[in-house]
Amino acid sequence: MIQMKAKVIKGARILQEAVTTQHGTDHEYTTTGLNHRKLLMWAFLGSDCMFFGSLIATYMVYYGKSKVGPFPEDLFSIPITSVSTFVLLMSSMSMVLAYAAIRKGSLKGFRVWILSTALMGMTFLAFQVFEFYEFANHEVHFDCSQVGTGNLSAFEESFQNECIEGVTTVDGIHDSDGNNLTGLTPKTNLFGTTFFTLTGFHGAHVTLGVIWLLSLFFYSFRGGVTRERDLDVDLAALYWHFVDIVWIVIFTVVYLFGVFPGFPES
Amino acid sequence: MAQNEDMSTDTHLGSENHSDHPTPLTYFKVAMILSIITAIEVGIFYVEDLSYGIIPILTILSVMKFALVIMFYMHLRYDNRLFSTLFLTGLVLAFLVVIALLALFQFFTPS
Repeated sequence: MIQMKAKVIKGARILQEAVTTQHGTDHEYTTTGLNHRKLLMWAFLGSDCMFFGSLIATYMVYYGKSKVGPFPEDLFSIPITSVSTFVLLMSSMSMVLAYAAIRKGSLKGFRVWILSTALMGMTFLAFQVFEFYEFANHEVHFDCSQVGTGNLSAFEESFQNECIEGVTTVDGIHDSDGNNLTGLTPKTNLFGTTFFTLTGFHGAHVTLGVIWLLSLFFYSFRGGVTRERDLDVDLAALYWHFVDIVWIVIFTVVYLFGVFPGFPES
Repeated sequence: MAQNEDMSTDTHLGSENHSDHPTPLTYFKVAMILSIITAIEVGIFYVEDLSYGIIPILTILSVMKFALVIMFYMHLRYDNRLFSTLFLTGLVLAFLVVIALLALFQFFTPS
C-alpha cells in the first residue's frame, strides 16, 4: 500500500515537472499544460474582438447614413487624435517594460513603469473627455459671403437660411432657451449613436485598465506583486495591449477613413 | 536607461518559462516602429493625390501595427500556439461579422 502511494506521488511529480516546462504554466497541473487563468484571458480577448467587431461593423454600416449633421468631417481633429493615439501606443511600451521589470524582480522598476502606463492611460482618457465635450458643444461659425462657394461643409451650408438680410456672419445656432443645436450627442444622428457607443465602450475598457494598473501599483506596496507572481502582471498587460490594438483599428476606420471624403458608404 | 540595460540581461525564468521573451531594447524598437507607422498614416492622410489609394495603404499600415503589438508586446510569437488560436479565432469571427454586416446592408436592403 505504501509502495503504491509512493508510486502515485512519483508519477504526479513527473507529470508536474513535464507540464511546467511548457509555456504559460504556473507550477500547477492542468489538462492542457497551460495556465488556466492565462488561457481564460486569451479566450476573453478573443470574445472581446467579436464585441468590438460588432460595434465597428455597426459604425461602418451606418457610415454616411445620417440625415442631419454634424458629420465626421465637421468634428474630427486628426492632429489631436494622433497625439492621443501616440500616448496609448507609448503606454503599451511602458506596460511591457513593467512586466519585464517584475520578471527580473525589480519592484522599483515595475512601479515606475506601471505608474507611467496608468498616467498615460489617464492622459488618453482626458483626450477622450475633451473630444466628447468639444463634439457635444460644437458650434457652426461661418461668413455668409462663403455660402455657395464650396468652402463650407454640407452641415454649414444647411444653415444658409440663417443668412437673412443684414446678417453677415452666423455664430452658432441656438434655440429660444439658448441651447446649442449643432452639437453631437448620441441621439443627434446615426453617426453620433454609433460613434459614441464604439468609442465610449473603448473608453470604458481603458478606464477599467487604468483601475487594474493602479490596483497592481498599490498592491505592490503590500507585497502582493512579486517575481514569482508575474502572471498577475502578465494578465493585466495582455488586457492593456488589447485595448491598444482595438484603438489602432478605431483610429484608422473611424477617424482617418471617417474624414476621408472618398470613403465608400455602404 | 541604466535600468533598461540592467533588465536586458534578464535570466529569470519565473513562474512561466519565457526565457525567449524579447529584451526591453526590442520593446523600445517596436515602439519606435509603431510611432513611425502612425506618423506615416497621418502624413499619408494629407496627401490628396492618393485619392482612393489611401484606403488600402492605411489598412495595411494598421494591420502592421496590430500584428507588431500582438506578436511582440502580447508575446504571441513566443507563447503557446493555443493562445494564438483562441485569440485569432475571435479575431477572424469578428472580421467575418464586419464583412457579413457590410454585405448585408450593401446588397440586401432596399435603396
